[in-house]
Amino acid sequence: MDNSQALLKVENLRVSYRAGKTYNTVVKGVSFDLGRERLGIVGESGSGKSTIGRALLKLLPTARIEADRMDFGGTDLISASEKQMLTIRGRRISMILQDPKFSLNPVHRVGDQIAEAYRVHNRASAQVARQKTLEMLEAVKIRDPERVYGLYPHEVSGGMGQRIMIAMMLIPEPQIIIADEPTSALDVTVRMQVLNILNELVTNKGIGLIMISHDLNLVRNFCDRVMVMRHGEVVEERAARDMRNCTHPYTQGLLAAQPHIGGARRPLPVLNRQVISQETKEVRA
Amino acid sequence: MAAQSLDMQDVAMNGTRSNPNSAFRRLLAVIRELLGNPSSGFGLVVITILLLTAIVAPLIAPYDPNVINLSNTLKPPSAEHWFGTDELGRDIMSRIIHGTRISLTIITIVSVIVGPIGLLVGTTAGYFGGWYDTIMMRITDIFLSFPSLILSLAFVAALGAGLENAIIAIGLTAWPPIARLARAETLTFRNADYISASRMQGASALRIIVKSIMPMCLPSVLVRITLSMATVILTAAGLGFLGLGAQPPLPEWGAMIATGRRYMLDNWWLVAFPGGAILLVSLAFNLLGDGLRDALDPKQR
Amino acid sequence: MTAIDVRNLSIDLGYGLAKKRILGDVCFSVEAGESFGLVGESGSGKSTILRCIARLLNVWEGDIQLEGRSVNVMQFAEYCRTVQMVFQDPYGSLHPRQSIRTALQEPLRIHRMDRQVERMERALVDVGLDPAFLSRYPHELSGGQRQRVAIARALILEPRILLLDEPTSALDVSVQAEVLNLLADLRAKRNLTYLFVSHDLAVIDHMCERLAVMQHGRVVEVMSRDVLATGDAKDPYARELIQASLEYDHAV
Repeated sequence: MDNSQALLKVENLRVSYRAGKTYNTVVKGVSFDLGRERLGIVGESGSGKSTIGRALLKLLPTARIEADRMDFGGTDLISASEKQMLTIRGRRISMILQDPKFSLNPVHRVGDQIAEAYRVHNRASAQVARQKTLEMLEAVKIRDPERVYGLYPHEVSGGMGQRIMIAMMLIPEPQIIIADEPTSALDVTVRMQVLNILNELVTNKGIGLIMISHDLNLVRNFCDRVMVMRHGEVVEERAARDMRNCTHPYTQGLLAAQPHIGGARRPLPVLNRQVISQETKEVRA
Repeated sequence: MAAQSLDMQDVAMNGTRSNPNSAFRRLLAVIRELLGNPSSGFGLVVITILLLTAIVAPLIAPYDPNVINLSNTLKPPSAEHWFGTDELGRDIMSRIIHGTRISLTIITIVSVIVGPIGLLVGTTAGYFGGWYDTIMMRITDIFLSFPSLILSLAFVAALGAGLENAIIAIGLTAWPPIARLARAETLTFRNADYISASRMQGASALRIIVKSIMPMCLPSVLVRITLSMATVILTAAGLGFLGLGAQPPLPEWGAMIATGRRYMLDNWWLVAFPGGAILLVSLAFNLLGDGLRDALDPKQR
Repeated sequence: MTAIDVRNLSIDLGYGLAKKRILGDVCFSVEAGESFGLVGESGSGKSTILRCIARLLNVWEGDIQLEGRSVNVMQFAEYCRTVQMVFQDPYGSLHPRQSIRTALQEPLRIHRMDRQVERMERALVDVGLDPAFLSRYPHELSGGQRQRVAIARALILEPRILLLDEPTSALDVSVQAEVLNLLADLRAKRNLTYLFVSHDLAVIDHMCERLAVMQHGRVVEVMSRDVLATGDAKDPYARELIQASLEYDHAV
């Protein structure tokens, strides 16, 4: 973990959606700092983890986003106007989404999409953009960049599509990347490849990474720090390698509920949800 | 040991428990939603008024629509005759009020014929596929390729003029779009897991189509029918205008415009009021259809 | 007795140069009471095999036998009470407009079984749900609850064989644990045979005794679950797959 000044400081982030006359709070007071490191946010469905990612980039038009502080390198994201956010999104904070089938535009060639990402944030001619794109495709270990440049999204496999997505998101050289379930739609043999590529790029360029996933196992092997979320709140935060010493029963439950190869055939321990709710209330109180 | 999982999804999802007899509740909810939106609310209100008017027509019509009074012809709108009188001295307003019955009859009969036929053809074609689908769709295409008025004309010419034949003719032209729509919807649902599960449990094709596929097609088909009602009224008016629909002295709005045409230039009220009635009702059905589409679809998806 | 016997199952689509082999000479067998896994990556054909056995796909060649009888000749009543399937997507396997009661009662009606209410209530209790769930609709249930209902529906006709197509892939880890425990429990109690398809080797290792690894429509190796822990597979692709899964797994 880098000791340099934090890139992102979030304090007491709250996100709520309107439901009739009341508000439904999906993220209830989350705080964290992000330096040039890999932070993992883990949670099950409904925990609010994906909402945090989108709230940071203010990509939730129908939600109410509040925080005591949401500071990105001196810029206050909460009060930033849409115009300011446009200069931040993609350029300084990027987001990698889950399924390249749905996040790449199906009617444009992939090379053109990456080049466009470059030209939106840099004044460059088409040739320069193309050159940069080819370099980026090589950086994500695509072996035949010229050929892949001309392909359409439906012509590439899942793993390649995700690498293209990474190329597209890294070409503007952002300072922070938010990866929302980047490998969930990929086959197991491809997952590690893609993560390794991402890891290499992120470490070499000193980019801060927020990885959002439902897979605690994956995150603790890949990230430096892990934040576990449940029902909109952070229940546990610790260094990834220290995960086996987690204290909160929910985290322990999550770790225990995952079957392992070579594990015992006994019934998997299940979460005792009443007890966990109690504990969470006590911790809060 | 009854594990009531308190997943977040449980809370985030609609927490209200549905009554087993939720069809009625759903209907009320849909009506409430329609009334909430100004345009569809307008449509709903107008159609309700139309319905009530048709039911109590003899009670609210100030005069008998068929009484001829040759000393009172072509009188402009006045206190005694709000919409004026026509060339035979009949009160136009009463004729329009009684005309709602005819229009409503046409709409109801056509919808009752067209809905089930279109639904049946479409769902079976979509479900079975193969040559049956091809044949059904080519038949549908043939019907679709004629403008509805021309096709209705051809049928009426073959069957003879009259209200009943006009209804049949209009019905014959109104089912193809429904069939197409039902087929398209069926194609989307045909490969769903719940259909596969039904097949595995031994459900016959008929059972699957009627119990599983038709309910899913129903919202779109209902919306389409309300939209086509506007066309039905206009087609009936067109046929009536051409003298091929309702025969005199029936107070059908299109026929009223047809006979009023000759006197139109000096006596605007002969065509303005029936025309306005047609316009109003067509518009109401269109708006209702639009609102229905919003009210029915997203919730049920 | 052999519960499932698949021999030379093949599917070829297209003609001439464009001919594509979806499944190529798939052979494996599952004994009664056994839990057999089918593993592979997307496009390997594992779900296709299930659909052939489920008679949802009929363009295959070869032979599929259930309890010694070919699936092609089995009458529908006999077939439905021999084998049933649990699907992957809990949000897609229940009809959105039908109540749970309707979903569970349909198969009973089709096969004219007696004591229908009693059977439905017991089916729900057996999967750990309150019988009051009968009056609910799918959109009111969570993913885990829906999958339990799907399992109840599959078991209500009392089949001896269950085809499971990635039944927990769409569920959260904690909910997956509950459902896997339930499946293991049901199998022990009723001596069911499972054909379990998954891309997750850890789940297969937990649930199955033997498994077949598939790639591009072919079975590359059939092995017992011990091989997963040792990684000692004979086929190079199988080895690669296990290696990647172990790496991903990083057991503590």
